[in-house]
Amino acid sequence: MTTTATTAISAPTVSGAPHSDNVGVRLRWAVADSLTITKRNILSYTRIPEALFFSTVQPIMFVLLFRYVFGGSINVTGTSYVNYLMPGIFVQTVAFGSVQTSVGLAEDLQKGLIERFRALPMARSAVLAGRTTADLCRNVLTVVIVTVVGFLVGFRPTTGVLPYVAGILLILLFAYALSWGFAVIGLSAPNSEVAQVIAFPLLFPLTFASSAFVPVANMPSWLQGFATYQPVSVTITACRALMLGGETATWVIQSLLWSIGLLVVLVPLAVHRYRTRI
Amino acid sequence: MQYSIEADTLKKTFTGKHEVRALDGVSFNVAEGTVFGLLGPNGSGKTTAVRILTTILQPDSGRARVLGHDVAKHASLVRSLIGLAGQYAAVDENLTGRENLQMVGRLNHLPRSTVAGRAKELLEQFDLADAADRILKTYSGGMRRRLDLAAALVARPSVLFLDEPTTGLDPQSRNDLWEVIESLVGGGTTVLLTTQYLEEADRLAHSLAVLDHGHVIAEGTPEELKADLGATVLEVGLDTIENARRAAELFRPLGSHTPQVSGTVVEVTVDNGPESAMAGLRFLDQAGIIPAAFTLREPSLDDVFLALTGRRTENESDQDGDPALSGGRGRRRGSPAMETVGMGELS
Ligand SMILES: Nc1ncnc2c1ncn2[C@@H]1O[C@H](COP(=O)(O)OP(=O)(O)O)[C@@H](O)[C@H]1O
Ligand SMILES: [Mg+2]
Repeated sequence: MTTTATTAISAPTVSGAPHSDNVGVRLRWAVADSLTITKRNILSYTRIPEALFFSTVQPIMFVLLFRYVFGGSINVTGTSYVNYLMPGIFVQTVAFGSVQTSVGLAEDLQKGLIERFRALPMARSAVLAGRTTADLCRNVLTVVIVTVVGFLVGFRPTTGVLPYVAGILLILLFAYALSWGFAVIGLSAPNSEVAQVIAFPLLFPLTFASSAFVPVANMPSWLQGFATYQPVSVTITACRALMLGGETATWVIQSLLWSIGLLVVLVPLAVHRYRTRI
Repeated sequence: MQYSIEADTLKKTFTGKHEVRALDGVSFNVAEGTVFGLLGPNGSGKTTAVRILTTILQPDSGRARVLGHDVAKHASLVRSLIGLAGQYAAVDENLTGRENLQMVGRLNHLPRSTVAGRAKELLEQFDLADAADRILKTYSGGMRRRLDLAAALVARPSVLFLDEPTTGLDPQSRNDLWEVIESLVGGGTTVLLTTQYLEEADRLAHSLAVLDHGHVIAEGTPEELKADLGATVLEVGLDTIENARRAAELFRPLGSHTPQVSGTVVEVTVDNGPESAMAGLRFLDQAGIIPAAFTLREPSLDDVFLALTGRRTENESDQDGDPALSGGRGRRRGSPAMETVGMGELS
């Protein structure tokens, strides 16, 4: 500013923000606040090149890498490798996408935004709800992109539209549950870099010691138990069954149980961290 | 007397690696429509007090009221009445100035129809209209601070909390912000501001409290504080430490407090600047000592501390120890804890 800012600031005509103790009004405000935060986060993401890269270019690169570079040397039975691969890519990309939840929250803490939010008359739940919802939206975008690229490189689901959509929903629910886990990490990390780095030792074993890229039967026997029943694999197997056929119900139920179980544990934990942080 | 802010024996201890008693029984009252300054060095508990008063943090004991409402019991009501601009400009870097203000407007539950208008109005008042639709990454430090302050005003709060509003700003932006705050107070807003600068508290605050390690060590109007202290600091640089000691002895009759020697520099707080300066020069002349530097300056927080506690401020970080701002006095020798806070002498 070169000149002065002496524009007289008039006496407040209406003082303060509206206030209500009515439960209905407060509930309506809570939903509106969550949407405001969701919108803000999505707007933010569109302006961070790294975030856009992680949710668009990186998944495409994974599809191409495994389809054309590794795919030739991996044998699967009963279907083409690209069909085998795609459900794995879906789950892997949304799992990595949910890391952004921890990075975003850690940044908000670092920059003092959470402090501002806490002093506003907004709903306490809106920061976490808005963050995880925005990350869910980003994951929807990722899934759409991966679907298109998958079809372009030869992915041909065999069960029809409804089971395909069911598979996608199962994946998004799982990613949403993971987001709450990363919310806990983001709210506990000293800064956003740490929040990002911590995620990888957690996600690498889950995504690579899984049935995502190679059949579990090809792994050493000591790893097979973990690689079959850990939540990422369970969700991949359920998704594969929904999109390509085969034993479906038990895997879908197991995946749902994992997602719901994670949410039941992680949501209160994240809310607790949010309340006690600072 | 109607108080807008009341703090009653607030205590807060942080447990962690080290136990820190951030507030140890802090009480003060702020009259409606006035500016209250909470003055203290880094780590004295200013931010902790602001966080408690703005419902962000719960005190271990004690009570606080804003506009008569208990901040712990009626937190959500209090939040709708106050504005806070925290110590670091809390704005979203990836949004534009306008988007930031509109977001805060919506989170304040302002009627939909007024959110955009209020944002526009504030952007104009704070001289940000031209930058309204630019992403904050392109804003200067001063612009961010102004936007941060604007965000605190979106809901037209009648009580405003400003935590070190000008720390880290260049003198020009600092002056601009002071003018903004002054015009706000002219409009009837009650303001609590924290600062490390005596000059800032002197200019803006009607009354103030000095915080030290979670204790209020002095209270009153800036005039009262300065009267206790001596209004001006006479600072004389000598060629040798020996001469500095001699000069300190000579200056003894000038001030209400004992002259302080650090290295080759002598400081003494005096009531009447020019008169004391002439007397000081006469004393030196009679003793045959020729000073290397001779300065009269406004007292800084550091001087207040020296007068009140007999020791200098112990800033944890050196973010305010900019030697360029400290009137050529430079850093004190000895332990790094003996940093000087040097804005007061800028005036
Ligand atoms: N969240 C926290 N956890 C642990 N210690 C803290 C926390 N916040 C502040 N402190 C400590 O409490 C003391 C007062 O801090 P603060 O209120 O920030 O002081 P100021 O704002 O005056 O610089 C300092 O010693 C600081 O290190
Ligand atoms: Mg502080």
